[in-house]
Amino acid sequence: MSYIQLDVFDLALAALLVVLNGALSIALQLRLERQLFIATLRMIVQLFLVGLVLTTLFTLVSPGWTGLAALAMVLFAGREIMARQDRPLAGLWSYGLGTGCMLVAACLVTVFALTTPVQPEPWYHPRYALPLLGMILGNTMTGISLGLHTLTTGLVRDRVAVEAQLTLGATRRVAMLPVTRAALKSALMPIVNAMAATGLVALPGMMTGQILAGVAPGEAVKYQILIMFLIAGGTGLGATAAVLACGLRLSDRRHRLRLDRLAPARE
Amino acid sequence: MRGPSGAGKSLLLRALADLDPNDGELSLDGERREAMPAPHWRRRVTYLPAEPGWWAETVGAHFADWAAAEPLVEALGLPAASRDWPVSRLSTGERQRLALVRALVQRPRVLLLDEPTAGLDETARDAVETLIATRLAEGAAALWVTHDAGQARRLARRCLRVEGGRVTEDAP
Repeated sequence: MSYIQLDVFDLALAALLVVLNGALSIALQLRLERQLFIATLRMIVQLFLVGLVLTTLFTLVSPGWTGLAALAMVLFAGREIMARQDRPLAGLWSYGLGTGCMLVAACLVTVFALTTPVQPEPWYHPRYALPLLGMILGNTMTGISLGLHTLTTGLVRDRVAVEAQLTLGATRRVAMLPVTRAALKSALMPIVNAMAATGLVALPGMMTGQILAGVAPGEAVKYQILIMFLIAGGTGLGATAAVLACGLRLSDRRHRLRLDRLAPARE
Repeated sequence: MRGPSGAGKSLLLRALADLDPNDGELSLDGERREAMPAPHWRRRVTYLPAEPGWWAETVGAHFADWAAAEPLVEALGLPAASRDWPVSRLSTGERQRLALVRALVQRPRVLLLDEPTAGLDETARDAVETLIATRLAEGAAALWVTHDAGQARRLARRCLRVEGGRVTEDAP
């Protein structure tokens, strides 16, 4: 393995590029320097903290602490899903539904990956579990939030069309199908595009990372393909569950459209 | 059924079709509404909103059986070729008439009509009135919202007035 270690001096040198950006912003009066400074500082602090946490978890190799870290990641991702909705569900549903579907989908796929294709010893070893979960979670989160966003805004926009089918005696599943389809399409489009364009347009971050760390490209490619499958599986499962559950929540047993269960529109 | 705008006429029709949560007690031919699935109820008690919705690109895609719809379409003064028309190009009056046909082909027992002739010229209005009168003669029932006193006199057996959330018997 040929792995080149970085020291603080190397990082400081690279940081000059950001300093250059800041200087440009001041010189051209773009007023970006403040935001740039804060974002840079946040990145440094957050990544060093994550490094510390991961180092600790890797020495502990405890199922409890690893699980706790995984849970924290899921809860943060759930907040992110909610924040991206224009018209979330009213009440606890808004946080619960997206987070619940994501928790189940991402955990299922991660545990599947750890126990079947990857098989580290022990299976919950945080060095494998947390990066895998992170990648699956990030993409599942995007899929679920896109799906829910398209579903809720679509039902509000096409309310008259959905109700037209209901008045003629269609079931809620049939009446909402055009919107459900659009929602799942937008949820899965990012991963479909990523699979289609990967390797041609961009080298995936994880594969690049492994290659930089000295892994043979052939091996890195295999890992990347595995990850893409896991991401596609997690996104598909999570988004389908979330969109279908949200569709059920926005209708009732008498096959009525229940947009009153959405939170009021934001100003 | 008559009454000022915003009095709740459309809300009442929607409630009868079970489109909004409501706690009235309804039955059709002795069968309670809650005893049958809602889609079943709505196929028998069909609500036609003032501005009907469309879920596909062309007119024809909204009909399961166009052959059954064609005579009705023609009776309302529209050509059979309207099957291929894109919905986006329909006028208000064309939409109203085609939506009426869409409901009638399912042979509902009760029609809940929300100003079905509001956007129509006299010829088209007469055609709609004749078509619905035929259905009524065959045993269907209609609850018809109108602002047109003449229409009420021509068609109604009973007149209702909705005002301030209350329904009262009205003089024809």
